Amino acid sequence: MDLHKLSLSKQLEGLKKGDFTSTELTSHYLNRISELDGQLNSFITVTEDQALSQAKAADERYKKNNNFSLDGLPIAHKDIFCTKGVLTTCGSKMLSNFEAPYSSTVYDKLDKKGMVMLGKTNMDEFAMGSSNETSYFGPVKNPWNIEYVPGGSSGGSASCVSAELAPIATATDTGGSIRQPASLCGLTGIKPTYGRVSRYGMIAFASSLDQGGVIAKSAEDAALILEAMSGHDPKDSTSLKLDQPDLTNNLNNPIKGMKIGLPKEFFEKEMAPYVLKSIEEAIEVYKSLGAEIVEISLGNINLSLPIYYIIAPAECSANLSRYDGVRYGYRCEDPKDIEDLFMRTREEGFGAEVKRRILIGTYALSAGYYDAFYLKAQKCRQLVANDFSEAFKSVDVILSPTTPGTSFKSGEKTNDPVEMYLQDIFTIPANLAGLPGLSIPCGEHNGLPLGMQLVGSSLEESKLLQFAHSFQSNTDWHMKMPNI
Amino acid sequence: MKNYSEDWEAVIGLEIHVQLSTKSKLFSGASTDFGALPNTQACNIDLAMPGVLPVLNEEVLKMAVKLGKALNAEINSPTSFARKNYFYPDSPKGYQISQMDKPIVENGYLDIETENGGKRIGVTRAHLEEDAGKSLHDDFEGQSGIDLNRAGTPLLEIVSEPEINTPEEAVAYLKSIHSIIRYLEISDGNMAEGSMRCDANVSVRKIGEEKLGTRTETKNVNSFRFVEKAIQYEIERQIHEIESGNKITQETRLYDSQANTTRPMRSKEFANDYRYFPEPDLLPVNLEKEFIEEVLATMPEMPTEKKERFVSEFSLSQYDADLLAADKDIAEFFEQVTKVSNSPKLSANWIMGELSAELNNENLNIKESKVSSNKLGQLISRIEDGTISGKIAKDIFEKIWTTGKEVDDIIKEEGLEQVTDDKEIESMIDEVIKNNPQQLEQYRSGKDRLFGFFVGQVMKASQGKANPKQVNDILKSKLEK
Repeated sequence: MDLHKLSLSKQLEGLKKGDFTSTELTSHYLNRISELDGQLNSFITVTEDQALSQAKAADERYKKNNNFSLDGLPIAHKDIFCTKGVLTTCGSKMLSNFEAPYSSTVYDKLDKKGMVMLGKTNMDEFAMGSSNETSYFGPVKNPWNIEYVPGGSSGGSASCVSAELAPIATATDTGGSIRQPASLCGLTGIKPTYGRVSRYGMIAFASSLDQGGVIAKSAEDAALILEAMSGHDPKDSTSLKLDQPDLTNNLNNPIKGMKIGLPKEFFEKEMAPYVLKSIEEAIEVYKSLGAEIVEISLGNINLSLPIYYIIAPAECSANLSRYDGVRYGYRCEDPKDIEDLFMRTREEGFGAEVKRRILIGTYALSAGYYDAFYLKAQKCRQLVANDFSEAFKSVDVILSPTTPGTSFKSGEKTNDPVEMYLQDIFTIPANLAGLPGLSIPCGEHNGLPLGMQLVGSSLEESKLLQFAHSFQSNTDWHMKMPNI
Repeated sequence: MKNYSEDWEAVIGLEIHVQLSTKSKLFSGASTDFGALPNTQACNIDLAMPGVLPVLNEEVLKMAVKLGKALNAEINSPTSFARKNYFYPDSPKGYQISQMDKPIVENGYLDIETENGGKRIGVTRAHLEEDAGKSLHDDFEGQSGIDLNRAGTPLLEIVSEPEINTPEEAVAYLKSIHSIIRYLEISDGNMAEGSMRCDANVSVRKIGEEKLGTRTETKNVNSFRFVEKAIQYEIERQIHEIESGNKITQETRLYDSQANTTRPMRSKEFANDYRYFPEPDLLPVNLEKEFIEEVLATMPEMPTEKKERFVSEFSLSQYDADLLAADKDIAEFFEQVTKVSNSPKLSANWIMGELSAELNNENLNIKESKVSSNKLGQLISRIEDGTISGKIAKDIFEKIWTTGKEVDDIIKEEGLEQVTDDKEIESMIDEVIKNNPQQLEQYRSGKDRLFGFFVGQVMKASQGKANPKQVNDILKSKLEK
């Protein structure tokens, strides 16, 4: 049986009915990983032994009829989520030897519900990148065409789900790191409202923007797991004081009469014809389902990229200061003195993109520049958020492409950081405003998938998933899988 | 004591770090106990492990609100946290969580008194921040150790306006802050253990000059006396430098208490740019009106209020009341003694006299006194009711101190009751007069000061037990005959 062809809810059903065991399901994926991941490099660590023992425990519970809600379902975790006793590298040499003595809340929540960890997925170093080429553990390949990048920073999560090496994977999104790779790998990726998912134990890049979520094969699968990851966490002061939301109940409700906003600022831009065509076709699908299309304006949206490239590096410059070689992680050989220890550890332990962002951020926060850069960026960020609030008075969701185009070849943009940063032009605004956003596949070009993005009002993940599911119930873009 | 030129004036501002006596740290659940084995009280958050997050210990909000009230200050709501960035091995995150734009306490003042009278010192702000760990350089050959037990311990940094002009004022201000934090029970204020630390910003200028001189910051001053000495030294050093034609460098200096000098630590010109920015891991904290009112309802009587009550209720002098009220434990001891003795004045004298001498002798604080407030009260009441004389009381005090016995038991066992029977005293006096005819003659021929001699002889004959007033009266009439 091709167990990997089943949706998560079908897999759960199968486990419950005893059609197959978690051990069988888990072994199936472990075999696929060992068979196929050599060409993709989507995993940094495969936790085979632990997975099999978790699966065995799940099977025991099924036998005794006291199983947990997601018992025995396999999942891959982005290597940014700390997992006790397992390497957590964040894609960096700096943490290449780091085993956390604690687990992230996201891992704990899913673990308590019985999910089986297959391994830790590759990622851009400290989640900084849009092509998964900055990882210390080597680049990740796109299963649709291994000469192409899977996107980033959650490239490993996207690549492994796309190649069906895992049914679903956790991921994080600071400026598009869930939605962009989902788009480039033909998957459904959702970043919830800031504060929905606890950041405890999720290694920080830019604290006010980072948010955990999932990359899945469908909105239905995503809803099931995102729901289980969400909810207030007293260990994260920025986590919203809300219980776990119900994200699955609303999926099948019709979207008839609901309004979709198209920001004119996005559509005024020069857009690749194939991108525009796919988006227009998607709009037609929604129209046919009874949704109303409304042109809206997000007047300050064009400020998003510069705002992001002040705030994110500023926060990262402080967040990454703790990697000094004193207490854990990489330490340079034979330091002369403390200064030398700090400098060489960081010189040798961080890659070029991370250093670039630390430098930008340090500069933006420096005396004499703070007001002109950081403070101004924060003010503009508020303007962007206000535009969204205004727009959501008249529409239910906002639709746009997720990325400027389909995937690009490995190495194509590595020497041009600005070109690389433009990958996130459609996704960054939702992070600035803390809003939920998702990407679903809606077309392809030259054999590579393309996604569209839906952004919702604060806390309206359920509505976003409803829109995504109704699209997926009427199209089959999300069913297409790469031949690998 | 000022031996510098009268044309100069010093401008002093103090930054006082007060370690708050919470059970757990500012942003983690680790214990704050002093003196544990290195790194046994540092959790994942204190160690700044990847992905961990700070959670504010709300106890500190209550403490800061109380301090704000005691400093007549405003409480900011919302109050927010900021990151202060710098690399140092004992600063695990590479930044310290502190407060910048919205400190919890702002715009207060404190009235102090010195020999030159009263003065109001402005308090710019008091903000919450976390303490660093400690680097240990002596225990490891060629290496340094780091103890992160202290990392994350809550501090309130209280910043004064530069409105202090003399070392005496600085100490009065510091003592007043010390007294307040002890009254509020928000810190033990132990300077030797570092739970209260003082940095002094000092500059000098010619009197009449408006522009401030270049200031230095003196750190590492860990007693009231050293604060006074360090500032005094720094003022004299700066005047000397300027008068010798040199310039003052803006720098941080360390006080060396053994040599009584200050020496440069690092120059502020090359100091860190701390790159403060709002802490994204913590939301601004709203202090609801109800919360503040609840906290203020638990405010104890403060030193100034207590002092005024001691004056009005017990008719103590301003001076006595001030001394007793400055320390919460002493003030409480005094009230307990007075309750038993019914004599506030005598109680005050005994506490500031005999008792404090004994405590000093044995280096004890008042809570460790070997004579309880109850026993001291009884002792004083026995003086008041005439059972014993003041002089005998001192002997009894010594005995209680060493044996812990009850006052009345000592009096009874040793037969120390005062002799108040006129007849008995008369016969002792007659005996003394009879035995000293020469002195009697001299006295009667005008040598008045021999009166004391006779008193002494009578007291000696009574083994100190005769009532002194009766001795005086009867002796006078007998000698005049």
